[in-house]
Amino acid sequence: MVEEAKKWEIIRKSREERPKIQSWTSYWDLPPASLSFPIKGCAGHTGDWRTFKPVINQDECIKCYHCYMYCPEGTVLIDDESGIVSFDYDYCKGCGICAEMCPKKCIEMQREV
Amino acid sequence: MVEPKFFEGPQKGNLAAAYAAMDANVDVITAYPITPQTTVVEELSSLVGEEEFIARNQKTQFMRMESEHSVAAGLVGASYAGARVYSATAGQGLLYMTEMIHWMVGARLPVVLSIATRGLTGGGWNIWADYGDIMGLRDSGIMIQLLGTHQEIYDSILMGFNISEHPDVMLPLFPAYGGFVLSHTSKPVKRVPWEEAQKFVIPKRDEWEHVWIDSERPMMTGALIMPQSFYAEFRIKAHEAQLKAISVIKDTMAEFEKRFGRSYGNGLVEPYKADDADVLMIGYGTIAKQAEDAVDVLREQGYKAGALRVRTYRPFPTEDILKYIKKTQIVGVMDRAIAFGNPTAGPLSTDIMAACQRYDSTRNAKILPFIGGLGGRDVTYDDQIEQFKILFDLKEKGEAPKKPYKMWGTYWTGLITGSDKVPQGEEEYFGDI
Ligand code: SF4
Ligand code: SF4
Repeated sequence: MVEEAKKWEIIRKSREERPKIQSWTSYWDLPPASLSFPIKGCAGHTGDWRTFKPVINQDECIKCYHCYMYCPEGTVLIDDESGIVSFDYDYCKGCGICAEMCPKKCIEMQREV
Repeated sequence: MVEPKFFEGPQKGNLAAAYAAMDANVDVITAYPITPQTTVVEELSSLVGEEEFIARNQKTQFMRMESEHSVAAGLVGASYAGARVYSATAGQGLLYMTEMIHWMVGARLPVVLSIATRGLTGGGWNIWADYGDIMGLRDSGIMIQLLGTHQEIYDSILMGFNISEHPDVMLPLFPAYGGFVLSHTSKPVKRVPWEEAQKFVIPKRDEWEHVWIDSERPMMTGALIMPQSFYAEFRIKAHEAQLKAISVIKDTMAEFEKRFGRSYGNGLVEPYKADDADVLMIGYGTIAKQAEDAVDVLREQGYKAGALRVRTYRPFPTEDILKYIKKTQIVGVMDRAIAFGNPTAGPLSTDIMAACQRYDSTRNAKILPFIGGLGGRDVTYDDQIEQFKILFDLKEKGEAPKKPYKMWGTYWTGLITGSDKVPQGEEEYFGDI
């Protein structure tokens, strides 16, 4: 009972302490089922996949944050103090959902490649 | 303390199952009806509102789903969150759940799901006892127990959580019993008093060791695993867990017997006069339980017959079965399921033949496969006495006798061959009801 539980204990630690899944090296130290941890950028700079990039016109923006709510990647950033919207171009996939959902139509999808 | 509506007395198998789930204090029940299981979830839907359970502040969630696939998916979801979950199904419903059942195994979720087995439908509709439904999942990684009595249904579900939720195991457990034979008939059943049940059943945990839902410690499971990554290893892990469950099942049975004075063999197999037997009949479910009567009749006539009931089918109790085969060498295996195209057409007989290869002392044992009782057809103990006589014939003459119902090396007990009276016309034929 204890033996298995101990192994699993390692992976249950807080976000900071726990190892990445890739740290398992053999059958014997694996947890019982597949699991992975959301680590920022574990698949590289996935923004490379983008064809169009969202560009915001700050003059028109009313800070309704529809873009933030709908972005499937969590790459719409809101400044804590000013509340100004920007994008994390390292990981934004350029899907254009933010532009589509913006009630002011102030996000433009610009061709990059 | 509210007086329970039912505590002890004649009870239907399905209702015994429902009470067992409540006494194990399950958190979530997902439900969808299907014959012959329907009255399990029907009873649960009323029990969750019963005074007895409300008075204890029991917070069991009963969720009606739109299909069996959703029932199983609901169990998976709730179990991910660390809930103790239970449901019941049968036949086609089990088939419809299959995709999510493999998910339970892969994600190592300790679901307890009871099955009132029935004939599978296709080119003919059948709802009566036949283990073809659960046997179809015998290699899916779920643990399977095949039960013989009403009381055993109650006890097995109560014990089920201790096995399934054991940290070394963490696999779904499916206790299965013959539809109508046990599900809709009544026999004495005794519940375990609430306090004692709570002391026996494994304590609840806030979350499982390997999966949890907590926004502070986000995790993801069920993601893509590339061939060069650990997919194969996780499959082997589930097999390892099955093997570890063997000792957990034995320990749980021993603990249960110590507390409540009831036992079913060692939890894996239940022998009946098997130690000094000249021939042995191995089977499962109610038919194997009835074989004990046939053994008694034969013993009175001076034949040393013995019976062995395989109670836990997955994990397969190889050592426990071989122990008895080693002694007797002349063995019949009775299946109430058909595995089309299998070497013997019987799932258990094929497994046992394979297991016999393990030791020199069992490699030459004579194993005769029998199949009968399909689709709920009666197997009487007269039929079983005849089966034993076939084994004694083999023992004395060294050759398995010919019978009109022996085809391709298997004896098809109860086969309509035209030589006996055919159960058609005059009387309505409803199998074992
Ligand atoms: S383009 Fe898509 S991924 Fe990029 S910020 Fe907009 S919604 Fe998010
Ligand atoms: S949806 Fe458009 S208007 Fe609203 S915050 Fe985003 S960019 Fe600004």
